[in-house]
Amino acid sequence: MAKNIRDEFQRWEKTTLNKVLSKAPEREPSFKTTSGIELKRLSSPLDTEDIDYPEDLGFPGEFPFTRGVQPTMYRGRLWTMRQYAGFATPEETNKRYKYLLDHGQTGLSVAFDLPTQIGYDSDHPLAEGEVGKVGVAIDTLKDMEILFDGIPLDKVSTSMTINSTAAILLTMYIAVAEKQGVKSEILQGTIQNEVLKEYAARGTYIFPPLESMRIVTDIFAFCKDRVPRWNTISISGYHMREAGCTAVQEVAFTLADGIAYVEAAIKAGLDVDSFASRLAFFFCCHNTFIEEVAKFRAARRLWARIMKERFKAKKDDSCMLRFHTQTAGCSLTAQQPDNNVVRVAFQALAAVLGGTQSLHTNSRDEAYALPTEDSVRIALRTQQIIAYESGVADMIDPLGGSYAVEDLTNEIEKKSIEYIEKIEAMGGAIKAIESGYIQGEIGDSAYQYQKEIEAKKRIIVGLNQFQIEEGALKDVLRIQPEVEQFQKEKLSKVKKERNNGRVKETLAVLKKAAQGTENVVLPILEAVRAYASVGEISDTLREVFGEYKER
Amino acid sequence: MPRKIRVLVAKPGLDGHDRGAKVIARALRDAGMEVIYTGIRQTPEQIANAAIQEGVDIVGLSSLSGAHLALFPKVVELLKEKGADDIVVFGGGIVPADDIPVLKKTGIREIFQPGASTEDIIKYIKETVKTV
Repeated sequence: MAKNIRDEFQRWEKTTLNKVLSKAPEREPSFKTTSGIELKRLSSPLDTEDIDYPEDLGFPGEFPFTRGVQPTMYRGRLWTMRQYAGFATPEETNKRYKYLLDHGQTGLSVAFDLPTQIGYDSDHPLAEGEVGKVGVAIDTLKDMEILFDGIPLDKVSTSMTINSTAAILLTMYIAVAEKQGVKSEILQGTIQNEVLKEYAARGTYIFPPLESMRIVTDIFAFCKDRVPRWNTISISGYHMREAGCTAVQEVAFTLADGIAYVEAAIKAGLDVDSFASRLAFFFCCHNTFIEEVAKFRAARRLWARIMKERFKAKKDDSCMLRFHTQTAGCSLTAQQPDNNVVRVAFQALAAVLGGTQSLHTNSRDEAYALPTEDSVRIALRTQQIIAYESGVADMIDPLGGSYAVEDLTNEIEKKSIEYIEKIEAMGGAIKAIESGYIQGEIGDSAYQYQKEIEAKKRIIVGLNQFQIEEGALKDVLRIQPEVEQFQKEKLSKVKKERNNGRVKETLAVLKKAAQGTENVVLPILEAVRAYASVGEISDTLREVFGEYKER
Repeated sequence: MPRKIRVLVAKPGLDGHDRGAKVIARALRDAGMEVIYTGIRQTPEQIANAAIQEGVDIVGLSSLSGAHLALFPKVVELLKEKGADDIVVFGGGIVPADDIPVLKKTGIREIFQPGASTEDIIKYIKETVKTV
């Protein structure tokens, strides 16, 4: 058959195709993906003839999970619609959460402000101007109680974008649940807890890499017994992609980081099958539709193979790449912002066709500020239209078997492996980050992308073509500067009312644990229960671990 | 030959989004300027000091975290206090349009919003530094 197709393909090229090409050349001399993969004009069975179906694609819910991690995918349950939200005070954010849940959102996703993420209280000099800006400000357990007031933690699952201070915010969540009478064993959610990409792209690191990795693996060990349904890490390509890397680099750098976490956990004495099923992933979904769908499928297959072949995982669950997706923030334009609704819809559709487990859709006004309620509703409705109207959720992996998609899936996997091998040769992801290699690659891609836009080699509708004269967007969300003062006063009240002797005691125990090899999460939980602040707990660890300085 | 324009690209506050700052630093270098990039998490004080020590002509501030109203004007104030108000300060990032006149009133000379091209920024710097 293949021979027949090959002959026919060549005949088509020489006759039908050439007749047209000789008169009307194509729009470009060559078409490439963002990752520089040269796209074929037409994929055919010739491009997929090397695929060994059971080995390379298999069936949903089975190794290597190329076609999806669940046997029924969205026919069983739709993905979790999870809008990342948080701003100003816990009081205000609590209202937004209730609004989102009322409108059919199925999981929460907490955005914290930068001081909370970097371990400074709202009254720290470095927090000036940043309190409540990119997320909600949390200083003590008191704030966390307000944040989840009236939200049953046994019913919702909560994702928290928190990294260097993940242990503090996770234990605060556990402590709030306790007060609601909910046991930690049944809590469901995710902490990002992914420090490597903070050094590479996102920037909310506190401690040096090795000390950070110790906290990460302490969290794995703590959750294994006490919060067994919690995703202990979300290994994230999102931020590296947002910082400018390509789809292939996103897969490669994310999985290379994943390898580093698995190695660290094994080195800390954990059995691979005891923690690997709680590893979750987080990817971006950018504009180039087919490449993005193929990217998710390739990442799933490659991770499954890495876990089985390299780490000898025995359980299938350990090999499953489950992931959250967010549409690409950097693709949003300030120009003609309503166009962003359309961009987001395509990106969200690609994420669904790529088999995501949960999804955040960006809002149209995010090139200006945090989104307004109206904008967030449209973003959520976009997911609901895909889920309930488009019909794509009614079949499993409907693009599987497409010559082009399978060919590109293979290509992305192959190119990612090349990158991962290069990183391995440098001594692994931590070394590649310490040497600045990954940051350099991301920076090169970002610069290239910008140059392509400015040279109009890449068209962004409304930005470098199809522009109009327009006024600035007026209706944007504003975080009032009073938020800072409000948080400071609340914090000082908590500090007056709590048992300060108990705070001192718990922090001393934490310090001792950090100096030794004991797990630090339990002492952090004790400090949190005593209403020690995020800043106080972080400072205790800073004294022992020191701080990372960007090279 | 005229001397090269010296630029400090700086990230005030806790914001880690440095894609824009790095792209611009590189574009300015490619345009023949001498560029010093501070890295992330700089206080206004550190930025003003660096600007003076490095003897730059112009400072470009980048913030995507919404802290621009609190932090950008501080840099201008500190430069003035230190007798270096000949150094021009401009900025960019996620800055809503309504904030632009507010910032300009405090002495920030220009604000570039998302979508601004590096070419526009290069042109702005060349014109501004020449006129000072």
